[in-house]
Amino acid sequence: MNIDRNRIEVRIGSALEYLDLVQALTDSITDFMGFDDDSAHWIGMSVRESVTNAIQHGNKLDQSKRVDICFEVARDYLDISVKDQGNGFRIENLPNPLDPENLLKPSGRGIFYIRSFMDEVEFIPHTQGGMEVRMMKKVPFNSAVKETEI
Amino acid sequence: MKIENRVVGDVHILDCSGKITLGEGTMAIRNTVRELLKNGNKKIILNLADVNYIDSSGIGELVSSYTTVTNSGGSLRLLNLTKKIHELLAITKLLTVFPVYDDEHTALSSF
Repeated sequence: MNIDRNRIEVRIGSALEYLDLVQALTDSITDFMGFDDDSAHWIGMSVRESVTNAIQHGNKLDQSKRVDICFEVARDYLDISVKDQGNGFRIENLPNPLDPENLLKPSGRGIFYIRSFMDEVEFIPHTQGGMEVRMMKKVPFNSAVKETEI
Repeated sequence: MKIENRVVGDVHILDCSGKITLGEGTMAIRNTVRELLKNGNKKIILNLADVNYIDSSGIGELVSSYTTVTNSGGSLRLLNLTKKIHELLAITKLLTVFPVYDDEHTALSSF
């Protein structure tokens, strides 16, 4: 793990065992930034869903492929990037989990939840391979972040 | 993830606690529900009061359990949703699918 002022970068292998580690790091960052409990919970879930997708669907559990996670901690926002080494996907091709024919499907809700709980979400396919999910959450107005530490 | 099975009459109440996430948590629910069905127990309540974390795979497992039980001629109810599970089900329109109760007596009488 490399902490450089306001960027925290983590690189993990494609194993689901790392999910709790990433979740714990996310929780620590949102606590540090002063997010309220609900926002912190949904940010943690959004990161968990993104990393799960990267490991499972992007890298297809190939342990030789990595997932890069980057947290950019700013005074008024938290920007998170999750990048895999898979073949990518087109967001517009994903089925809508709210369509009646998809309601009872056991999967396909993760990205919907991410888009519901984060303020901005982008899906960026990289030409050299890999898919990046970038998501941003604004810090509440009365955040407890210590300016000297940013 | 821990599941305790209580029997009230012919209804099995599964008291779930901990995390329902991809892997261990989802498998625990799946295996318990399938075992009940295999033994002919078709009235099942999932009590989620003490579930402190669920992800989209956990929500998917609730859906999967519901369809498995229904397709086997049984009934599955959800009891004591936490605020966060309620929100996750609401925004994906799943509250229109699941029979949801907030007290055990009413859930038991609904079969």
